[in-house]
Amino acid sequence: MAKTVDQFFDEVRETRVWRSIFRSGTGSSTLHRALTIQQNVFLHLLSTKVRTRMLTFSATWYLGTLTLGTFLILVATGIPLMFYYHPSVPQAYADTKDLQFVVSSGLFLRNLHRWSAHAMVFLVFAHMFKVFYRGAYRTPREFNWVIGVVLLLVTLLLSYTGYLLPWDQLAFWAITVGSNIASAVPLIGNKIHFLLLGGNAVNANALLRFYVLHCMILPLTALLFVGVHFWRIRKDGGLYAHSSEPSIVPAQAGEKPTSRNSGETLRPGSGQAWGTPNPSKEAQ
Amino acid sequence: MAEEKQNTSSAVNDLNRRQFFVKLGLGSLSIAAIGTAVFSYQYLEPNVLFEPSPVVNAGKPDRYPLDSVTLDVNNGIYIIHSQEGYFSLSAVCTHLGCLTAWKPDLGIIACPCHGSKFFVHAEDDHKPGDKIEGPAPKPLPWKRIWLNDDGDLLVDRSTDVPPLARDSFVRV
Repeated sequence: MAKTVDQFFDEVRETRVWRSIFRSGTGSSTLHRALTIQQNVFLHLLSTKVRTRMLTFSATWYLGTLTLGTFLILVATGIPLMFYYHPSVPQAYADTKDLQFVVSSGLFLRNLHRWSAHAMVFLVFAHMFKVFYRGAYRTPREFNWVIGVVLLLVTLLLSYTGYLLPWDQLAFWAITVGSNIASAVPLIGNKIHFLLLGGNAVNANALLRFYVLHCMILPLTALLFVGVHFWRIRKDGGLYAHSSEPSIVPAQAGEKPTSRNSGETLRPGSGQAWGTPNPSKEAQ
Repeated sequence: MAEEKQNTSSAVNDLNRRQFFVKLGLGSLSIAAIGTAVFSYQYLEPNVLFEPSPVVNAGKPDRYPLDSVTLDVNNGIYIIHSQEGYFSLSAVCTHLGCLTAWKPDLGIIACPCHGSKFFVHAEDDHKPGDKIEGPAPKPLPWKRIWLNDDGDLLVDRSTDVPPLARDSFVRV
């Protein structure tokens, strides 16, 4: 049975339609795997080759990937929430209550959105601490660190703008306090406060402005910078490998030292290193 | 020969013309960009605000007994009836804009957000509205208060008046 399924997929991969969409062709050689990444519009941002030990949990704790995961959850839960939420003073609070008590799965979506938002803020900080203490921000990755700082600010602004939308007492006073902090900016502080709220107090204009920022402007900004952030990982030489970090997987013991992990002890013996594909497989 | 000369001179002219048009294009784009920035700023700044009027009707003076402090929660002001007369203090904390509260048992105004405290009664060294402690950078401002023709107390929340000044009180 399993074989027939495999055969079926093999046949599908040979069809003209499949080949017109996925042009890298069939096969599991290193070349084909690399082409699969390189020729896919979504995957080509990523490196075609990664050291196996960089994919172990202890290397990065997957903090960046987990942050992306929470972001995707937030998009996937936020869009359905928009179907029931009206950003207007008479309706916003009632809609929030409806989502919790009336709409099917509304409670689940709202809570998932809320917990993911908390998790994303935590993960962004954890990711930045990990990068900082490993020294992964250093040359040639300085600019990616700067993009990361922008993404931190966008994350915090997303969290802040979303806080007003339930339009309850907590939201109202939190945004009152927060926007008054903005007016502490020298000279233009009161102007920023006025433009942010669209008025002198937290009111209908402020609710609408925060809604547009939360649902359109900030997510699109985040998406743009996330794209550049991932692309820069590849352009800056892949995920950061620290020279003092031991190779973890025994099968990786024979990995060839490169410029960035030259401090690593090279142990003789068997082991397939990345970058030196098995010739027999390559020939396919 | 003559043709060649014409070509070289036109090549020189082309270069100049190109530079000219590059400058013209960049200049036009810069002007357009500045215009876009100005118009965007103007667009984002509302010209008409649908906000409550700064002038509040606080009702008849006899609603407020002597030596009383009354918080108007919806309008963010205190109406205080002291021995010197009626006066009004802003109830909005000067720190970050939270609504303060009157604490009758302590005889002070206190902010729930970050713990600023303010005097209500005048003494030798302080005036009503002055800060006792906390992060508030300024005293609570006094607001203009007067009687209208119907005998109602009106308060203008947009106008600060000097503390303890003669015109800052209403005497009935």
